[in-house]
Amino acid sequence: MLAEGNAIKLLFATGPSINTRLLVAVIASVALLATDHRSPKLDVVRATLSVFTDSLKYLVDLPSVFINHASDAASSYSTLKKENETLREEQLINKTRLLKFDSLEKENIRLRALLENSFKLGEQVLIAELVSINMAPYEHIVVVNKGTRFGVHPQQPVLDANGVVGQVFRALPFTAEIMLITDPSHAIPVQVNRNGLLTIAVGSGQLNRLNLPYLPANADIKPGDLLITSGLGGTFPAGYPVAVVDDFNPADSKSFINVSATPKAMLDRNRELLIVWGNKAPVQLLKNQTTDSKEPEGEAHE
Amino acid sequence: MNSYPGAGRIIFTIILAMCLRIVPSPDAVAAINPDWVLLALIYWTLAIPERVGIFHAWIFGLLVDVLTGRLLGQYALAYSLVIYLCLTLHKRLRQFPLPQQGMFIFFCLLLSQLLLFLIKNLQQPGEFPASFWLPVFTGTLCWPLVFTVLRVVRRSRIFK
Repeated sequence: MLAEGNAIKLLFATGPSINTRLLVAVIASVALLATDHRSPKLDVVRATLSVFTDSLKYLVDLPSVFINHASDAASSYSTLKKENETLREEQLINKTRLLKFDSLEKENIRLRALLENSFKLGEQVLIAELVSINMAPYEHIVVVNKGTRFGVHPQQPVLDANGVVGQVFRALPFTAEIMLITDPSHAIPVQVNRNGLLTIAVGSGQLNRLNLPYLPANADIKPGDLLITSGLGGTFPAGYPVAVVDDFNPADSKSFINVSATPKAMLDRNRELLIVWGNKAPVQLLKNQTTDSKEPEGEAHE
Repeated sequence: MNSYPGAGRIIFTIILAMCLRIVPSPDAVAAINPDWVLLALIYWTLAIPERVGIFHAWIFGLLVDVLTGRLLGQYALAYSLVIYLCLTLHKRLRQFPLPQQGMFIFFCLLLSQLLLFLIKNLQQPGEFPASFWLPVFTGTLCWPLVFTVLRVVRRSRIFK
C-alpha cells in the first residue's frame, strides 16, 4: 500500500525531465570548468567544499597516524636514548656551524654593500606534516596538514632538512596541496654550486630524478655537481640545495646533452616538511648600517 | 532524498567510496584504483532511480573534484552524463545478466575516463601512459563486488 502511494505521488511529483536536468548539469559543469581554468574566482567554492573533503582526508590518514604513534610508544628506552644522543650531537654540530654562518652572513652583507648589491635574508618557516593519502596517480602532489588558516598561500616554497621539496600548489583552509619538484609539469630554476652556471631542472615523473634539458653540449657540468636554487623566478629563495647531478656520458654530437639529477630532499620518506615565507623585500644595506650594528646585540641577548 | 528512509545509507556508502578513492597505496595500486564513487552511484541509480539522479551525481562529482584536486566540474560532468545513461536504460539493465551488465559498466567507466582525459588534455596537453586506462578494466572487474555489497547494504535493516 505504502509503496503504491509512493509511486502515485512520484508520478505527479516529477519535476523537469531528465533531458532537461542533464542539460542543466552539463551547462553548469562546463561553466565551472571554464571559470576555474581561467580565474581564481571559484576558490571560495572550493574552500567551502574542502571543509567536507578535508575531513575525509584526515579520516583516511588516521590509520597511519595511529601506526606512527604506536611505533613511537613501542620503541624501547634504549633506542630512544640512543636517538636522543645522536640528535643532541647533531644539534651541537649544527649550532657551531650556525655560529660560523652568522659571521659569514654578516661578511657577505658587508661585501655586497661594497658592491652596492642587495641581499635577501630572514626566511620564516612553518612545520607541516604530511597527510598520507593518494590524490591522483601520475601527479606528484602531496597533502599537508597546514592550510590558509596558518597563512599558507600558493607558490610558497617547501623544503625538508636536505633540500627543496616543491611548492604549495593550492592552499585550502585545513590542508595544502604541494607539488613536488619531480612532477612532470614542475620546473625549478637552479644553478651549479661550483661555478654558478644557470639552468632549469624539470620534473621527470619519477621520484628520484630531475631532468636538465636546457644545457648546451659544452656546458661546464660534471657528475656529482650540487645544484642549488638560483632565486630567479622569485618563487624559491636562492641558495637551497636541490639535487646532485647523476652520471652521464657527454661527447654526443647533439647540441643539447641529456643530464639528470637526483633530488637531495627525501621526497618519498619524510613526513615533516617546512613551508617557507621568503622575505620579498631585500634588506636595505647602506642605509641600515645602524640597525645592522644593533642586530648582533639582540642575538647575543638570545 | 531525505524523505527516503535509506538516504543515510546511500550517503554513507558514497562517502566510503570517496575514502577508498584516496586511500594511501603504492604507486602500482594507485594507478589501477577504480572510480569507486562512480560505481556506487551507478548501483544506486539502477536500484532506486526515482531517488538518485543527475543532481546527486553532479553534487558528488563536484565533491570528488575538490577531493582529488581537479579542475572544478570535470567529475561533475562525467558523473552526470553516466548517470543520465543509467537512468534512461535502467529498466533494460535490470533484466540483463551480470556479464552483460558488466559490459555496460565498462562502457560507462570508459566514457567517464574519456571525458576526464579530454578535459585534462585541454587544460594541459601532455602524454599519458597507457596505464591511464587501467582503472576502467579494474572497475569493471570490481562491479560484481560493488553490486553484491551494496545490495546487502540496501536490503539490511540495520540502518532503518
